[in-house]
Amino acid sequence: MSDIKKFLYVNRKPPYGTIYALESLEVVLIGAAFEQDVSLAFLDDGVFQLTRGQNTDAIGVKNFSPTFRALGDYEVTKLYVERESLDERGLTEGDLQEITYEDEDDDWEEKPSIRVVSRAEMAEIMADQDVVLSF
Amino acid sequence: MSYQVNGHTIEHDEEGYITTLSDWSKELADEIAKTENIDMTDEHWEVVNFLREYYDEYQIAPAVRVLIKAIKKSMGPDKGNNKYMYELFPYGPAKQACKIAGLPKPTGCV
Repeated sequence: MSDIKKFLYVNRKPPYGTIYALESLEVVLIGAAFEQDVSLAFLDDGVFQLTRGQNTDAIGVKNFSPTFRALGDYEVTKLYVERESLDERGLTEGDLQEITYEDEDDDWEEKPSIRVVSRAEMAEIMADQDVVLSF
Repeated sequence: MSYQVNGHTIEHDEEGYITTLSDWSKELADEIAKTENIDMTDEHWEVVNFLREYYDEYQIAPAVRVLIKAIKKSMGPDKGNNKYMYELFPYGPAKQACKIAGLPKPTGCV
């Protein structure tokens, strides 16, 4: 196998209305098979993708938000959410669904996958990647 | 293309995955299993039911690696391993079991 690269999937769009959010998640799940170091970033309207209590009955599309909770099974355990994007939309961390993973190196303890970071920290995270994919 | 169960016609795609998930029934599962040359035993059902519960919770048909890991966690290493799962579903546990469970093809499965 080749060296492990750091992949960051950047999500800037709301979950519904366009196909970007769902496509991004599908690419993440497919890409997870390649055993790279994968992180997800949520900023701008992308933070709405992680809100709790989504209900899509009235718009006739699948509510795929529960799938984010399966990411831990795919060893995707770093979901960075930009604090400023939450603030600008009147959201707090409490408006986001709980997403956890089990830490193999720590007796399978359940740990939160979502990490709220500042805009400055987000810029550092992006600078630190080998590959950045924008959705 | 379709399956026939109790006089009902149930549409499927070119690979045999049903197109409307709510069409699923246990009788249909037996019918799909026949076309896959699988005799459904309690052990097969255990996996199929597990997949349906996984889909219900996460809205996703898991990749084979993830499925086997999840089975291992829930039913122990005797069942959560490649050998056991491929003996039950020789043409791919995720692929075949998902088809029988009436789920979409697993994401990332080509």
